[in-house]
Formats: sequence, structure tokens, C-alpha cells
Amino acid sequence: MNSRGYYGEFGGAFIPEILISTFEELVDEFEKAKADPAFWQKYMHIMSTYSCRPTPLTFAENLTSLFGGARIYIKREDLNHTGAHKANNVMGQGLLVKRMGKTRVIAETGAGQHGVATATMAARFGFRCTIYMGEVDIERQRPNVFWMERLGAQVIPVRDGTRTLKDAINEAFRDWVTNMHDTHYVLGTACGPHPFPEMVSYFQSIIGEEARGQIIEREGKLPSRVYACVGGGSNALGVFSGFLDDPVQLVAVEAGGKGLNTGRHAARLSSKDASVGVAQGYKTYFLQDSDGQMKKTHSVAAGLDYVGVSPILASLWQEGRVRFESVMDSEVLDAFSLTLKKEGLVPALESAHAFAQAFKEAPHLSSDDIILINQSGRGDKDIFTVADAYNDAQWQDFIRQKARDYGP
Amino acid sequence: MMHNGKISSDKRHEIMALESYIRAVLKEKDILLMTHLIIGYPSFEECFRLIDVMVGAGVDLMELQIPFSEPIADGPVILRANHMALENGVTVQGCLDFARSVIRAFDIPFLLMTYYNIPFTYNTSAFVSAMAKTGLKGAIIPDLPPEEGHDYLEAMQKEGLDPIVIFSPTTSYERMKYLDSFARGFIYCVARRGVTGGDTILSEKLIFYLGLCRKASNLPLALGFGLKEKADMVFLKGKADIAVMGTQTIRTMEKEGIAAVGEFIRRLR
Repeated sequence: MNSRGYYGEFGGAFIPEILISTFEELVDEFEKAKADPAFWQKYMHIMSTYSCRPTPLTFAENLTSLFGGARIYIKREDLNHTGAHKANNVMGQGLLVKRMGKTRVIAETGAGQHGVATATMAARFGFRCTIYMGEVDIERQRPNVFWMERLGAQVIPVRDGTRTLKDAINEAFRDWVTNMHDTHYVLGTACGPHPFPEMVSYFQSIIGEEARGQIIEREGKLPSRVYACVGGGSNALGVFSGFLDDPVQLVAVEAGGKGLNTGRHAARLSSKDASVGVAQGYKTYFLQDSDGQMKKTHSVAAGLDYVGVSPILASLWQEGRVRFESVMDSEVLDAFSLTLKKEGLVPALESAHAFAQAFKEAPHLSSDDIILINQSGRGDKDIFTVADAYNDAQWQDFIRQKARDYGP
Repeated sequence: MMHNGKISSDKRHEIMALESYIRAVLKEKDILLMTHLIIGYPSFEECFRLIDVMVGAGVDLMELQIPFSEPIADGPVILRANHMALENGVTVQGCLDFARSVIRAFDIPFLLMTYYNIPFTYNTSAFVSAMAKTGLKGAIIPDLPPEEGHDYLEAMQKEGLDPIVIFSPTTSYERMKYLDSFARGFIYCVARRGVTGGDTILSEKLIFYLGLCRKASNLPLALGFGLKEKADMVFLKGKADIAVMGTQTIRTMEKEGIAAVGEFIRRLR
């Protein structure tokens, strides 16, 4: 392999020999697709006729007047088909799978959004589909499991390790080393071995490209700050990519979980708990112990509950181009409620991290400032988690009744 | 400790390079047997007894795996063993200390197997020096292609240790030649696609693949992934120089106990 996908000291392709030729094929096909203007046209056509691109940019009038500071705009990735930015990446990789002549796709999923998007793409393109999902995540995201299975995908619970996103990624790799002749691994975030970080960011860059055009059209100027939540980093890179060369502060928000001093969080770059390591095929900051063993992470949002972070973001952070912050589970739920009540918008708990940080900063900015929040997905999937968080008695009664209906 | 009672010089491997050792044993046996264990699984004491039983039963070479939380190339049996060892509190330093005591006690060469984050986090060159001091002969790091392994390969060269290179059925002949340029000791040929512990079909295709590996490298060839029984050993004689039994010995230990592993290995010959 010639190009190894390094961003500063991060990235690379630390893969077993058995996968080298598969990665060479993928790099080759991706390079050809990028050089082919018809490919991006085809991608744009699908995204505008099958999904909902361009997604709107919503002015949050009520939140703006509540905080009395910056004017708040929200990029509505929740309005993509399947309800999250994940569709952008998945449909793009689906087109590559067609070009490569493969007939089966596999994916990992944390919150289930990437799994649902992949299962949807597989149904549309006629691919067989297997989704790997940690047992812990299956418990907290059952509605998405239900939809993946209805869409015709096989959902395999991962019972090893911490039974979350990273273990689902390992298991997808194990499938891939066995079945790469007819199978493509649709990695859902801008992590993993080269070319995945670049490829996923490439497809997600549509978010930033649209958002930049939309804000300039509406306000005639750039935003002061752009906020996005970061699990692996795909929605953040997507929206940030539109503003990288502009005088715009880019704010990445990680899962502070129960608090940075409790060890129960998933803050890689906004805490001091992570160090540089190599796992899951790439080099970045990982939440690991002094021996290099990965630690348990925690977040109320399954999609942010991950040990590593995109090598592209790690590099942008090191250069000082992206600022990393974290917010706690409790702050996320407050921001989530506020957004529902004030704007009638239902952000995913993942996306609500970006809202929570933006709400902290908005009052300190002037009314000349604009801030842009990426609402990476919708929160319908989080109904069980949110109901538990609010200890919703009527919901509990409903579930009890439902359980009685199903019988013993 | 004597090795199979046939060769007179005690601790002969210590003065011999790995490749020379393999060639010397090949003069007495058709094929060498290499086994694998996960350090600290089920416990250090049981690992030590397991090695004792294996060496007594005629194992010629052994891979000691330092457990890692994300063993991406390993199948369910070894994956679980990795996680259980870590749950038991096994540390990297504990593994290196264990390796030292094993190497003192047994007269066969030992190799280290682990994933790259372990040496990388320890500091690659310091880790390789520690390996050399321990008396390990070489290392297998399945997630470190030579393109990413500059520091590691340089350190291994400096310390006179053998970086064991992996060939796979999807590796082109040109790439085999490229990989061979970094290899010492022997070549680890993965028998098939997939992870450790699945079934391998011994076929004409496998013979062709081994022929290609032989053409690409002058080093001895080890064949691993999915070997289980005597028929596999018989099939491989003359085609490969080392048969690797990884998962199957661990399965035998889990089901029938450590003593049964000795029986299992004796039946292979």
C-alpha cells in the first residue's frame, strides 16, 4: 500500500495480512470514485431523491431569545431518511459496494442508527446484511434492533468485552476476515484503518458544504462557532469540514458521562484520561490503562460510548483547530428537554451533547454572533432511556400493561 | 532439561538461532509442532503446568500470548481466554516475568505473540529489549504490517530477535517476496481466511498455496489456523516445516484438563 492515511501522527492501517488485499481494493475503488465526477452526481441524486438532502437549517428563535446571546441555528441531519447523518455515509459506501461487485454488507452499530441506515441501504440495493451490536446497546436501543430485523438484516448480539460499540467493531472485523470475497464492511464512523476515516468524512462533508451555503444565504456571514457531538467523529467532521478554512471556532463535544473525575465517561480529548495507542486498526487517543488495555466507557448515549476518536479529529485537536469539551449525562437530559419544549425538536441524546455545550456558551456571545449546532439525529430511538431518566410513571404503567398483554 | 532425549547438548537453542534450531529438529522429525497459550489463562500456575506437559509431550516451539483487550485476529476461544486473563488482573510486566521463568525452566524456544498496542504502549524499543533480556526468540504481531512496523523491525534487528512475518492465502506472490525481505526465523502461513480456531480444509488449494509460500521464501514455513488432529500433521509433512496447534490445545485443556493436553499432543505424532 502506498498511501497509509496519516493525519499528523494519527491514523494508519494496522491490519492483519489477510485483509491487506481487501483494503488495497477498497482504496483503489474509492480513489477511482473520487476522480469520477459522475460518482458524486449519482451520490447527490440518491441523497436528494431517496433521503432528504439538502437538509434544512432551522433558526431556533425561542432558544435564541431565551439565552439572549448568539443567534442559534440548527442543521437538521435528523431529517435524513432513517433519522440521522449516518445515511450520508452508508448510501455512499453502498454505491462503492456496487462498483466493487460485492453482494453482502456488514456493519457495527452502537446507538443502532448506523445499523438501521445500513440495513435500509442493503434493502434498497439488494445486499444481504449482518449487523453486529453489543448486548448492552441492544438492551438500550431495542426499537432500532426491531427495525433492522424488519428491514431484513440479521442482528448479532456481541457478548464479549464491554459488549458495546468497540466490541461490535471487533466482531465485524472477524466476520470480514472470513468473508471479504463477497462482503464489504460499512464502517459507520471516521475511525478504523485507512481509508475509512477519509472515506466516511468524504461522504459526511455534504453536511458542512450545505450548512456553510445555507448560513451565508440566510445571514450573509459565517457563524462564530459550530458545535457537534463526537463519538467516533463522523457527524463532527461532516459539519466541520465546511468551515475548516474559515475563521470559525469548531467545538467538538464528548460524553462526560457521570463526570470526568468519576472515570465513567467517554471523553478522549477533553479529559486527561486518554493516551495514544493502536487498536481497531488505527492510531489515535484511546481511553486505555497504562498497559494499553482498553477501559470501560460510559455515556447515556450509546453512540458516544466509544474508547477511540477519529484520527482526523485527534490531529485537528492537536493543531488547535478544534476545541474539545465534554458535558455530563444530566446536562444532556436538561438540554434535550429544553430543546423539545422550546423548539419542538427532538434531538438524539448523542446530538443533545452538542446542544448542551452550545447552551452553556450562547449567553456569553453577542447578538451579532451566530452559532450553528449539528443535530446529527433524532431522539425517537431514545424513548426507553429518556422515559427512565424522567422516571415517567405513565410510561411504566404502559410497559407493564403491554407485558401483561404478551402473557408470561 | 533434555529435549526428547535425542540431542545431547543441553539448552541447545540458547546458542542457536531460531532458524538453525528448526532445521536441526527437521533432521530428526518430519515436522515440528508449535503450540500457543495465553499467559495468565486460566492462571499463571496452570500455564506453567500446561507448558510442562506440552514440552514433555514433545512440543518443539511455543507462542506465549500477552493478552490484549481487543484481539482482532482471534476467534472465540482465544478471545475469551484473553478477556479472562485480563479479568484475572494479568499485567504486561507479569507476562514478561512469567516468560522469563518459563524460558529458564524449559529447553525449547519461546516466541511472543501479542497485538501492537502492547509493545507500543510499553515503548516499542524498550519492549523489544525486555523481550531480549527475557530470552524470547522472536515475536508475532498480527496487526502490524511491515509498512507500519518500522520502529519494531529496527528494534528487533538491533536485539537479534526474529520478527515472524505472516503470509495469507490472499497475499500476492509479489507481496510475499516483499514480506520475506523483513522475515527471520520462519514464515507463519495462515491456512485460510477467518480467525483462529475455525475449521481448515486440507486441500489441493492449500498445497498450491504452500508451494507459493515456499517459492517466495527460503525460511522454514509454519502452517497455522484450524489444525486439529493427526491427519492434519500427516497431510502437512513435507509441505510445511511447523504445524501450529493453537486453539485445539486450549479447547482440550478447557474440556479435559491439563493432563489431557499431553495425551492429545502425543496422539498427533
